[in-house]
This record gives sequence, C-alpha cells and structure tokens, in this order.
Amino acid sequence: MKYFLTFFLSALLFSCSSDNDESIKEVSVKLKFSQNWDGTLIEKSDLENTEFTNKTGSKLSISRLRYLISRISLVNGAGDTTKFDSYKLIDVSKPDSLTYTLSEKISEGSYKLLFAFGFNNSDNQSGVYPDLNSADWNVPDMMGGGYHFMQLDGKYKDTLGVENPYNFHAVRAYNKEKDSILDTSFGVETGSILLKNNATIEIKMNVAGWFKSPNDWDLNEKSVDLMMDFEAQKEISENGKSGVFSLGNISQ
Amino acid sequence: MIKKSIPLTLLILLSISCSSKGEEESVYTPVQTSLETPELFQQKLIAPVIPTNNPLTIEGIALGKKLFFDPILSKDNTQSCASCHDPKNAFTDDTRFSEGIDGKFGTRNSMPLFNLAWNFDERFMWDGKELSIERQAFSPVRNPIEMHSDWKNVAKKLQEHAEYPTLFKQAFGALKIDSTLVTKAIAQFERTLVSGNSKFDQYLLGKVELTLEEQNGFNVFMDETRGDCFHCHGSDNNPLWTDNKFHNNGLDETFTDLGLGVVTGDPNDHGKFRSPSLRNLKFTAPYMHDGRFATLEEVINHYSEGLKLSSTIDPLMKKANQGGVQLSDKDKADLKAFLLSLSDDDFVNNPKFQQ
Repeated sequence: MKYFLTFFLSALLFSCSSDNDESIKEVSVKLKFSQNWDGTLIEKSDLENTEFTNKTGSKLSISRLRYLISRISLVNGAGDTTKFDSYKLIDVSKPDSLTYTLSEKISEGSYKLLFAFGFNNSDNQSGVYPDLNSADWNVPDMMGGGYHFMQLDGKYKDTLGVENPYNFHAVRAYNKEKDSILDTSFGVETGSILLKNNATIEIKMNVAGWFKSPNDWDLNEKSVDLMMDFEAQKEISENGKSGVFSLGNISQ
Repeated sequence: MIKKSIPLTLLILLSISCSSKGEEESVYTPVQTSLETPELFQQKLIAPVIPTNNPLTIEGIALGKKLFFDPILSKDNTQSCASCHDPKNAFTDDTRFSEGIDGKFGTRNSMPLFNLAWNFDERFMWDGKELSIERQAFSPVRNPIEMHSDWKNVAKKLQEHAEYPTLFKQAFGALKIDSTLVTKAIAQFERTLVSGNSKFDQYLLGKVELTLEEQNGFNVFMDETRGDCFHCHGSDNNPLWTDNKFHNNGLDETFTDLGLGVVTGDPNDHGKFRSPSLRNLKFTAPYMHDGRFATLEEVINHYSEGLKLSSTIDPLMKKANQGGVQLSDKDKADLKAFLLSLSDDDFVNNPKFQQ
C-alpha cells in the first residue's frame, strides 16, 4: 500500500510538472532593410546606373544612400516594450549593412516594431558615437551639430536636360539666425507581427517618397545646401513621416 | 643488470638535458605591444585595425623599421621604402612622381604614410587596389619602375645577411625568410606611424588657441555654403581628416588615369581616387594623385573655381556647374591657415620614425 501511494504521488507530480513546464519559446529577430522606388527594388548595382523619375518629373540617379535608424523596440500585445538600445547606419553600397540582428531574444508572440528615423534630440549629441564619427557621419556644430539622418546624393536633369548634383541630406533642422533647433527625427511603427520562430523582418524604404506627399519636391528649386535650410528639413521630415517606411516580408 | 642500466640512465638524462637546452635556444617569444593612440583618436574613433595574423610586437616593429630604411630591398641596393616615403615629408617625397632604380618615373604621387591602422575599409593606394598594408608592401619591391627586384632575390640577400636571420627569428620565430614575413614586419612598423599632435589637435584638447584666421578657415571648411569640405575630409569629430573613400573631385573632363575604375572595372568608378588625409599638408606637397598642384593655393583655387565636369564627378562637388564653391580671397587665405594647423611637427621629427 505504501509503495502504491508513493508511485501514485510520483505519477501525479510528473504529470503536473509536464503540464506546467511547457516552455515559452525564445526567438531571435533580424531586421532586413530594403530600398525601392515606388515598388521597384533599389540595390547596390542601381547606384549611378538606374534612372528614376520623381513626382515633379525630374529624372535622377542615386550615387549614395546612407541613413540612420535608432531606438528600435518591440511592443507585445500587453503593451510591454523590449528596447534595443542601439542604432544602425545603413549604406546601400555595403550589403553587409542591410541586416541587423537584435541584441537579445524575445518570447514568441505578437508584436509591433518601433524605431526612429535619425536620432531624437537627446540622442543626437555631437561626436559621442565613435563608429559614426569614423563613418564621417557628423553634422558640424555650426549647422546644429549631432549627426546626419540620411545622405541621399546623386544627379538630376534640370529643365534643360543638363545634369546637376543633388545632396538630399536629412539632419536636425537648425535655424542659425534664431539659434534654434527642431527635432526632425520621427518614429515609425509597423503593424502587428506574429513571431513564432526566429524571424527576419523586412523594413522597406520607398526612396521616391522623400520627394512627394505632402511636399512635392522640385529639385530644380532645392537640390543642394539643404542642411542649413530650416524649412527644407521640416519638409523632408514631413515627407518621411508620410509612408516612406513600411513593413515588408516576414520570414520565419 | 645494474651495471647495464646505470650507463643507460645516464645517457637518457644527458639526452634530456641537451634537448632541453636546445629548445630554450630556439624558442623566442616576441613581446606584444600596442599602438600609442592619441587622446582624440581614443575619444572619437573606433579601434585601429590590427590583423590577428600580424599582431604588433616590439621585435616585429624594430625589424620592420630596419627593413623600411634598408636599400637591400631594391635590385641594386640603392633604394629603400624611405627613398619615396621620407619621414621629414610625412613619409612621402617632395616630387610630383618618384624615380625608381632605373631612372624611370611612376605616374602617381607617392602617398604619405600615417594613421594607416585607421583606414577601416583597408583599401590602400590612390586607387584602393591593395586590401591590406601587408599586401601593399609587396608591390614596390617587384615593380619594374620602382625597386625592380624580385622577392626570391630579396629573401636570399636577407637570409645571407649578418643580422637579419636573427632578427626574423626573434620577430617571427622563423629561420626561413620570405616575402610574407618581410611585408608583415614592414606593415607592423607602418602601423606605428601615428600622427595626432597638430596645433588643431591641441586646440581641440583645450591646450592652445587658434588665430582668427585659422578659426575662420575652420568655419569655411565646415560651412555647407562655403567650403563644404567636411563631407569627404573629416571634421573636429573625425580627426583622421579623411573619409578614406573614393571620389572624382573634378580634376579632369577626360581621364588618362582611371583610378578606382581600373581596380573595379566599373566605368562609374573612372577618375575616382581615395581622399587623402589633410593632416601634414605642410610637408606633403605636391598634391593630388598625380601631384599636379604644387601649392595649397592651387588646391584651394581648384575647389573654388577650377572644377571640371565629367560623367563620374561626385555630387558632393555641388557647384561644379559654376566651376566651384567660389570662395573669397579672405576665405581662401584663412582656409589655408586652418589646413596648415593640421600639420604635426612632432610626427615628422619623432626619433622613433627616423633611420
């Protein structure tokens, strides 16, 4: 009887233990950054080769495209946020820079992905990030300091068909006369992402979007010297907020 | 039995004793060391690139220095690396093109050598064709218009030399000298050529004041609507004063030298050359990849009103259609004053870097 009781209790214990220990899976998340022009993929081979047409009809090519995102976080259905205290410089000419593995695993489940384009004011401190200094990503203090958010350089054809350079550089807006700054970084939030396994999440940038909605951008009017142009930076930021970034494929 | 085993034991002991002494003599462990990194570099930059297969050692650096200054590397023992990379010129020379042992001249200006360990992409030479310092050191020895030697001969001369076999043994534990070890040693020495103590560095560290001209020159350099030099040539937060990237800076309408284009085979890279550091310009004239400009005034005039259009000109040459950024005479003079403040007399006079 004593042995029977021991066996019964043990069986009960194992049975309970089995039910309760069903582990929650931890998954790793990799971000993959892709760029497109109204849906047509832009790759390294397109740099200086492919001609695009913006909303106002200017034909342009892209020589250089680098941009910064920061404050990446994942928010689950309960509103709990996992912050990844880092930033990422993406360079289309460097395929290795187009992916980024988040520094820690998370529990499987449904999430929204959040990040900022550029640095917000508290993060945007001059000279404090050695890797960005080494990448020549700084903004001179006389232009508000901190770091670039984006360098989009290339050439466009003006109304006479003559090739001209453009330097579409996004930075924190700075009004030199008033010595005032405006935080032109902005947040991006994806829709719901169900993560069941290790996953790669594609973040798409529609480069054409920088030149339209709400501000249709005519390169014949503004193409260079934009970093010290307060209004230009506001408009770039407004266009960026208006659907330049979107969620792409999720593979897992 | 005992009589037999005593001599045997003695022989074994003797053998172990001899063997142990021999190993001590053959094994030498070079002493690892690290770069003397300037304070600003430590604050502002990521770590220098030191390859794991060629760590810095006291013995390797000393050997590399001896090799760097030794004409034994050339076919007729008349030229060393230092012949075209003179310490007093920040390790370049003062001629447009350098003369090789046979009196022939190259087509590119000798590049100054400093802060090479902070070239993070590790693309060296004006056209980026060499992907490490070690690989770069291979080419001058066998180049027919430079040292015009061959590595077998060089290795043989070094092997038969009174001192080098011991020095290679101490640096690399190797008895056989070859091109790989020679270039490793030279690369170690070259990585120690660190320049970070110019007047402007001291200004950034709060130790000296700039003149009004130098301060305005710095503002011209950093101002997007005036010089706009910082996009390619560093800043107060990037004390390398170069991006080490490749640009067509508007020197020519057509190209006699394709630069990076030769290396990549991509027509879009025609006429692109690596941005040189603006440190030590006081010592490194003439300027540009082909040494076409004898003075800094000529360089500044080029960017101000001398730009030439071509299909691959960098978009950062944003005023190329107007000839350049159109600086005033005062801004030009002040920009020159600022640029000269980036020169580092301590570097060119550093006894560690002299023969």
